[in-house]
Amino acid sequence: MSHAATIHDKRPSTLRGASLPKWSPWAIAVGSIVVGIGISLAAGLDSKIQWGLIAAILFVLGTYGIAARVEGRRQAKDRVATSFVWVAFVIAVVPLVSLIWTTIARGVKVLDVYFLTHSMGVVADTEPGGGIYHAIIGSLEQVGLATLIGAPIGVMTAIYLVEYGRGRLAKAVTFFVDVMTGIPSIVAGLFILSLMLMFEMQPFGFAGSLALAILMMPVVVRSTEEMLKLVPNELREASLALGVPKWRTILKVVLPTSIGGITTGIMLSVARIAGETAPVLLLVFGNPFINSNPFEGAQASLPLYIYQQFSNSAGSGAAYDRAWAASLTLIAFVMILNLVARGIARWKAPKTGR
Amino acid sequence: MDISTYTTDAPPPTPRPTETERKRAARGATRPGDRIFLGLSRGSGILLLVIMAAIAVFLSYRASLAIGKDHGNFLTTFEWNTGLQPPVFGIAILAFGTIVSSIIAMALAVPVAVAIALFITHYAPRRMAGPVAYVIDLLAAVPSIVYGLWGALVLVPHMNGLFGWLNDYLGWTGIFSWDEGAPRSMLTVGILLAIMILPIITNVSREVFRQVPQMHEEAALALGATRWEVIRMAVIPFGRSGVISASMLGLGRALGETIAVATVLSPAFDIQASLLNPGGGTFAQNIASKFSEATPFGRDALIASGLVLFVITLLVNGAARVIIARRAEYSGANA
Amino acid sequence: MAKRIDVSGLTAYYGSHKAIEDISMTVEPRSVTAFIGPSGCGKSTFLRTLNRMHEVTPGGRVEGKVLLDDEDLYGAGIDPVSVRREVGMVFQRPNPFPTMSIFDNVAAGLRLNGNYKKSELSDVVEKSLKGANLWNEVKDRLNKPGSGLSGGQQQRLCIARAIAVEPKVLLMDEPCSALDPISTLAIEDLIGELKERFTIVIVTHNMQQAARVSDRTAFFNLAAVGQPGRLIEIDDTERIFSNPSVQATEDYISGRFG
Repeated sequence: MSHAATIHDKRPSTLRGASLPKWSPWAIAVGSIVVGIGISLAAGLDSKIQWGLIAAILFVLGTYGIAARVEGRRQAKDRVATSFVWVAFVIAVVPLVSLIWTTIARGVKVLDVYFLTHSMGVVADTEPGGGIYHAIIGSLEQVGLATLIGAPIGVMTAIYLVEYGRGRLAKAVTFFVDVMTGIPSIVAGLFILSLMLMFEMQPFGFAGSLALAILMMPVVVRSTEEMLKLVPNELREASLALGVPKWRTILKVVLPTSIGGITTGIMLSVARIAGETAPVLLLVFGNPFINSNPFEGAQASLPLYIYQQFSNSAGSGAAYDRAWAASLTLIAFVMILNLVARGIARWKAPKTGR
Repeated sequence: MDISTYTTDAPPPTPRPTETERKRAARGATRPGDRIFLGLSRGSGILLLVIMAAIAVFLSYRASLAIGKDHGNFLTTFEWNTGLQPPVFGIAILAFGTIVSSIIAMALAVPVAVAIALFITHYAPRRMAGPVAYVIDLLAAVPSIVYGLWGALVLVPHMNGLFGWLNDYLGWTGIFSWDEGAPRSMLTVGILLAIMILPIITNVSREVFRQVPQMHEEAALALGATRWEVIRMAVIPFGRSGVISASMLGLGRALGETIAVATVLSPAFDIQASLLNPGGGTFAQNIASKFSEATPFGRDALIASGLVLFVITLLVNGAARVIIARRAEYSGANA
Repeated sequence: MAKRIDVSGLTAYYGSHKAIEDISMTVEPRSVTAFIGPSGCGKSTFLRTLNRMHEVTPGGRVEGKVLLDDEDLYGAGIDPVSVRREVGMVFQRPNPFPTMSIFDNVAAGLRLNGNYKKSELSDVVEKSLKGANLWNEVKDRLNKPGSGLSGGQQQRLCIARAIAVEPKVLLMDEPCSALDPISTLAIEDLIGELKERFTIVIVTHNMQQAARVSDRTAFFNLAAVGQPGRLIEIDDTERIFSNPSVQATEDYISGRFG
């Protein structure tokens, strides 16, 4: 047992390790914040971001130093990992909270019924007034048409992959759905643009819908596939064994069982394309007037409206206010879609299958 | 039911099967309903493939129109002057900017996203973990234009302090020197992109970490591992391929992000050693910024740059797939 | 080096649910003690309180004392991580680390503490694998993933991993329930050898197994579903299986319930 001896030299002989009290992380945190503020004030730093970074670095280093001295290296590493994870969380939360907070705080300034029901037709971008009615109309039509095209194709493709797909075609489709998920939205826009250049067409709403549909399809395929795979095979077999044809089995048994999840997936993808700016910029172009015909003439859309208020207004405060208000409207729309989608997922979750 | 043999010689499915098709259909779906349904679903799959092929073909065609008339070298020229006679344009600056900003974004976002994913699955008190995960889920859905607006109006002013600081202490490296211009540079873009792709990387990594079998973590605990050692021994190795694919997803977003970059960056057709001075541009941003003033020829040139972006994202996707496939033998599936 | 375990007045909870109540017993060093009893009687929970693994489960909480020789595992200032170094554990399902080779699996515990030279590690790995009767089967593929082994081999690999850090006590939670009879036999033989060096506590559903491998047997039971599990009696295995002092034990062993 000579090896046993060498092992024993290197391990603690007791169960009782010296350990820091429970409140020590808080104490170190408070300490590093105080010292961080002190250093920042002394050095005359004015950005609060720097204050926070200094405090965060002090916190991680301080934790390691103190823990290494009192508890040993392994415990110190463990504590550093813990403090790093907390610091990362806090650092990440700051911009995200700031984003939401700014959008709400600045968005409510001009967001009212007038704003929602008027267009920019007679308002210059640098003047106060006007609204987003035309952009809402445009967004709803473009996204609606994109969904009408993208969702059925996506769902049918998923049905093909799960219910029928074997062999090379299915493999190719699976692979290219993955690839398609990674297509940047601007590339989808350029694709439709190259078609339009071919036929010498001017921008119109439906062109945007086509690009958005391309972006939507792979997302719908993936989420629908996941949902269909959750439907237990016993259900399919039970139906087939009753002599029900396969297509009716899919329509009457498989789809109803997974309809909640499929709807959720579609709504999440709608929320995603509703916020896409790049393809709309290329294909729909923007229009301060109300154009409710998506098949002819330039249209507006909410994300595009935000971009144009920001970039075409030469820093006018009124335009920025409108951009924030439109952002708030867009976020609210997307969030409501998300919340409803998740609600449906929870409510309609298949009771079987797991 | 073997469909594949049937697939190869089948014509594009017609919505209404005729009498003559009955023989051929006898091996697969026999009822009209079945045939229609199979045709529709398989047709959708084929349509997807057609779309992908069409994207490649049409972009290449339009790109070839533009590149043929380019009097610079499309790959190495530092300019983008499609209005000149003859036109001179190249993607060198765009490729540089796209790659640099994405690298910054990944370097910042991946460690933090993994940390947050671990925070949610292993560190946060249970009552906190649920809501945090939910909020980050929702943040993944915030449209990029909103990030862009926030980046331009909130983040950029805050960057002044950070840039000054970096210049004071790290300016000697050259990478962090600053001429005190507006902080609308590659570093700002990288930071904004990092913030944007953080939620998506976090969400996917979190799902992966959550699937680590309890028994592996208990095995590590029973050997006397601390929480961090459990994560090192059992959680991260198990989740590595998932984290890689999550990062690739984020990288794809960062490479192709258009509007947020266009709102934040002051593009300049010039490579800067410093990440703090305005310089460079990205493929997507250049397309969005140049599009409205572009001539029909200029649009083709922009399409050509879009084709390069398309190819890059395809390569990134392919690389991710290879990495994941190579790691598959170590996945939990055969544990 | 094996140590004695003295448990007194131990109660364990899952949240507000009391899983086991007021258990006291002594586990002798260099012996095998088997825990038997019907499903849900808390024998696995009790086992997990002996190396502070119970508190890893969300809501898991323990009251009472567990003395390892003279030190209370639940005393103030005790580091649960050190406890688990002293009290090793083998689980119901073999759980080698899927991303590690056979060698790395066995060396995993050692690498946590201190820097060992490659040669030191190889010595310990070889000794541990020999100790787990696995050396001859894997010595040519130490660098292959541990998940490529058969179930029985994986379980012996897990035992090798546990004994490589030279714990004082080895806890086994139904180590054979996922294995075929031949692998089970191999593990039972191994347990007989390991008790020369370790204090072994084994939870088992299989009464023949308890009779075959253990020196002492503890019988756990619960009054009704939802009630906490209790220790009914603990005695020499021979006595428990021939002439137990409590009627419930005899009923269980003779198959009248459970």
